Amino acid sequence: MNLVFEIAWTHVRTRARQTLVAIAGVATGVGFSIMMAALMEGSQDDFVKTLVNALPHISVSDERNRPTEQPAEQRYAAAEIHGLTPAVRRRGIKNPMATIAALEPWVPGALTPSVSAKGLLRYAGRDVAVSITGIEPRTEAKVSGLVTQMRQGTLDSLYRAPNALVLGDRLAEKLSAKVGATLTIVGSGNVRINGNVVGMFHSGMRQIDETNAYVLIKTAQIIENQTGLVNEIRVRLDDPMIARLVAARIGAETDYKSTSWEEAQEDLLSAFQVRNILMYTIVGAILLVASFGIYNIISTITHEKARDIAIMKSLGFRESAVRRIFVIESLLIGLAGAAFGWGLGYLLCVGLGSIEIRTPFADITRLPIAYTPRHYAIATLVALASAFVAGYFPARAAAGVHPVEIIRGAT
Amino acid sequence: MSEVLIEARNVTRILPGVVPTTLVQNVDLKIFPREFVAITGPSGSGKSSLLYLLGLLDLPTEGEVLIRGRSTANMAEEERARLRLASLGFVFQFHFLLPEFTLTENVALPMRALGELSPQEIRERAEGLLESLGLGEHRHKRPDQISGGQRQRVAVARALANEPPVVLADEPTGSLDSKSTEQVFSLLRSVVDDRGKTVVAVTHDLELANRMDRRVHIVDGRIVADDEVDRAA
Repeated sequence: MNLVFEIAWTHVRTRARQTLVAIAGVATGVGFSIMMAALMEGSQDDFVKTLVNALPHISVSDERNRPTEQPAEQRYAAAEIHGLTPAVRRRGIKNPMATIAALEPWVPGALTPSVSAKGLLRYAGRDVAVSITGIEPRTEAKVSGLVTQMRQGTLDSLYRAPNALVLGDRLAEKLSAKVGATLTIVGSGNVRINGNVVGMFHSGMRQIDETNAYVLIKTAQIIENQTGLVNEIRVRLDDPMIARLVAARIGAETDYKSTSWEEAQEDLLSAFQVRNILMYTIVGAILLVASFGIYNIISTITHEKARDIAIMKSLGFRESAVRRIFVIESLLIGLAGAAFGWGLGYLLCVGLGSIEIRTPFADITRLPIAYTPRHYAIATLVALASAFVAGYFPARAAAGVHPVEIIRGAT
Repeated sequence: MSEVLIEARNVTRILPGVVPTTLVQNVDLKIFPREFVAITGPSGSGKSSLLYLLGLLDLPTEGEVLIRGRSTANMAEEERARLRLASLGFVFQFHFLLPEFTLTENVALPMRALGELSPQEIRERAEGLLESLGLGEHRHKRPDQISGGQRQRVAVARALANEPPVVLADEPTGSLDSKSTEQVFSLLRSVVDDRGKTVVAVTHDLELANRMDRRVHIVDGRIVADDEVDRAA
């Protein structure tokens, strides 16, 4: 065994009680850091997964990337024109099927046309404003998780009744409507039609379950009072994480506003970033506190070992060798603490993951835990870095000891 | 003329402070092979300070120390440490053995730090040294399991581990009873006579000093007497 390592090992081994306390401090820090990271990331993953399943990965709307240029602006090179009535542009995506056909060859996923409408559902004397999406049930499974989110009825039921609707379960609850109920749909231009509830879905996102309804495309076109209207192309990607890039390219190629799920939920995702910064700050603080324990023990050892340091230096040990001894001691404690911390962290994760949580705001019945080696690696690296810093300063002080002063003091 | 092992040239050591203290003043001294030198003097006269300067444990404020003709004045700390490890052995009033290590491991320490021998050779030499000093049966014990005299003998064995030409001893018998003092003195004598080394020992025991080959007497940091043997003879 290397001499420096052997001396370091002997020091920590012969001070079992102090060493164990320091190891316990690091282990607690690492364990709780792992648990906290697993819990935070687990809940984030769970939320994002729900979000990704509930929404199209990319939504191409009929909004143009640039404001429509008015004919007067095209004709006259004037700086500003006032008082003109702008030309009215027909709503919807031009040639939607041709646009889809142009995108399909390179977009890694599935695309489907749909109609996005705003309306009012009226039932039993209650009016509820809703977002109505006109879909094609046969291709819907390729672009959303709606098929798997059906709690009552099926999407194909939309074909079986005139102006059929599938409602979010919370929306149905709000309206007190059940499957089979006939309700009034009020669309733009005061269009009023009666529709039958043929199914209910549950996405897990309260906002969606409370405000969304699905109908056939042609029903949505009636509600929007425009035949042949397609004002949204919804895209589901094989890898939702590339949505932002694909959305940018679709936007550039079609000149229609193309929004990825990440952009649509930017506020939420930014909040996650803030939360992650907060989490890693707390994790760092926990490990920093643990490193004070290491600093304490290494300082104590260097103090107790002043004579040994003096004699080693008088024998001819280099300062760097003396410094290495105490840094190695610190790292040994850090490593042992990290190893025990892994076990503690894993057990805490398993324990927390088994706790059932019931909340009126979400469906999660168990705390979502993310098991990833990354958390263990980060906690270990931070613990070792803290251990190194905690050991380095007493080690440097020990290495700088003038042997003559200690020897004189001893004699 | 024999080779000079250690030479102090006009060495002065002043301890800085509010009131600077002069420990050693304008000392010229040459140490030759196979000498048994006593440095004597009253308490606080600068005996130990001179020994630390000769042993490169301390740096002179003025003057220089040469080891085998090589000046150490501009040497880096690392280089001085290496020179100390290879060329000088130390024995102090207190044994300063590492308490967690066995006697063999303590004796092996300088050899392992020097790193010139294999682990097998180091173990054999350490055990051989302990055996030759009558401590073979205790080699697996720790320092707290043997007597004070035995510990000091282990310290001598450790000083001899790298076969340095010079052993510097600071009051090596200062904390021992008369029986142990005699044992350690005999050991140091044999280090000179049988092993051909030089021993420079600081002592306040004039009876012991008179049994050595050369006596350097210091008062107030200056050498006032140096009863040198005739090296040319």
